[in-house]
Amino acid sequence: MKALVWEGANELAVRQVPDPQLRNEQDAIVRVRRTVTCGSDLHLLGGYIPFMERGDVLGHEFLGEIVEVGPQVRNHKVGDRVVVCSFVSCGKCWYCQQQQFSLCDNGNTNPMITENVWGAAPGGCYGYSHALGGFAGSHAEYIRVPYADQGAFTVPDEVSDERALFASDAAPTGWMGADLAGVKPGDVVAVWGAGGVGQMAARAAVLLGADRVIVIDRLDNRLQMAQTHLGVETLNYEQQDVSGELLERSGGRGPDVCIEAVGMESHSSGPQFWYDQVKQQLRIESDRPIAAREAIYNCRKGGSVFILGVFAGLVDKFPLGAVMNKGLTLRGAQQHGQRYIPMLLERMARGELVPEHLATHTMTLDEAPRGYEMFKQKLDGCVRAVFQPTS
Amino acid sequence: MRWLIGGAVVVAGGVVARRLLGGTDQGDGHRQRGQARRRGPQWHVATVNRPAGDVAPGGQLPEPLAGLGDAVEVQLRPAPGDQGTEIAVRLRDGSRLPVAAAARRATGRDPEQAIRAALRESKQLIETSEVLHPDYPPTTEPTPMNKPLRMATQQGRREGRL
Repeated sequence: MKALVWEGANELAVRQVPDPQLRNEQDAIVRVRRTVTCGSDLHLLGGYIPFMERGDVLGHEFLGEIVEVGPQVRNHKVGDRVVVCSFVSCGKCWYCQQQQFSLCDNGNTNPMITENVWGAAPGGCYGYSHALGGFAGSHAEYIRVPYADQGAFTVPDEVSDERALFASDAAPTGWMGADLAGVKPGDVVAVWGAGGVGQMAARAAVLLGADRVIVIDRLDNRLQMAQTHLGVETLNYEQQDVSGELLERSGGRGPDVCIEAVGMESHSSGPQFWYDQVKQQLRIESDRPIAAREAIYNCRKGGSVFILGVFAGLVDKFPLGAVMNKGLTLRGAQQHGQRYIPMLLERMARGELVPEHLATHTMTLDEAPRGYEMFKQKLDGCVRAVFQPTS
Repeated sequence: MRWLIGGAVVVAGGVVARRLLGGTDQGDGHRQRGQARRRGPQWHVATVNRPAGDVAPGGQLPEPLAGLGDAVEVQLRPAPGDQGTEIAVRLRDGSRLPVAAAARRATGRDPEQAIRAALRESKQLIETSEVLHPDYPPTTEPTPMNKPLRMATQQGRREGRL
């Protein structure tokens, strides 16, 4: 089959790879109809997560049609149109039963790597390096889906492919950030990052009853998109004083909830960007936590900060003093999608959650390297590039 | 950026080396400074999200652990906080030299690895009824750059806490 593979840092190619096979009785094989770039792929693409091999298939956010099922798959059959959670989770271990699906004990076939790096292994993730199981990604014609009854969800007829695609990762990740950060009616919520996940977190905050939601970025097209499609306020950090604006817009208190949806390649307009960039390139720190610092600094006393952006390792100048002395609640997670996807599909069916505006560019799989280049460089207003490996 | 990848691979290789030479200190409450030359049998413990009756119905352990036979000592106890059952396993045989253990570990013949793999597989069998396999056939190819990572992955499938 045809797939988009990682060939080395910032090198992608579309080439033939072996078709996936059923490896477990709870597996399914899905023919991929739509698969989309994610900001976290850029960390892999750029070589910031050093657990990739030449030939690894990228992609973890996708939708398709089941073409083969293992004998223990009970809830799905050949022909089902499904959206698949990006995390591989068994649904049976203690963490899954606590609805912390991305922490699954059984979904990662290479647990020792992350046990050494992080002290414990999270579940697996499609197309997200050998640290998270080495599962082939979704930028391919077909993909193997382990624990298919747990991770694949039948899409209601009234929800289009274009809309349901984002129930795979961006929408549940964003919803989880707002939910686990404790957003409640009346809150002022600030979201750093107007990419797909940041926009979905902002929309979730609106739907959870937040009084004001403020999205922060430097790209006007994304901020305009957030205003138009989500009904939220925005701040351009290259043109406005973020701290001053957040204080004024929250009655001098600071936001109740701050959600970081940027991750380890954060930008800023100040000298701190170069400070972190130099240290990251010299491997003195692995991640640039600029937005995380700002979220902590600007959060109100006793407020809540949630880290949704992907971080891999160690950061420098982390404002632990602010966390402690302001009595903040700091939390983060990879997405527990199985917990939210059914509810999100219902909201999509009712028209409450309409994320297809994120798909600014749709192209064939053959065009995927160009799509990633547009996505990475943010060319032509690219927010997300969607690939259609099969129709 | 290639040098950056190379540096990262060195780090990954270091992880492997640490694992090979240092062993799995987790859970080893017996090892102390000054006593490293010869170590007693180490307990390996995993928590299974099932009551003890499901872990060893009729006293019969799942095959990966039962296959270790009399070479190991097995204890079952309830996990606190209603988190299931803790399975603790250690070699019955006495102490071992770290250097010899490292050599066995490097060649995949360390009995401690067999215990760890048996625990992982037993936990998966009990909780999910099967052991999750990696994708096959692979889409990747071996290169000099990914050799340390492939070693780490191979090692990771032999042991690891989970």
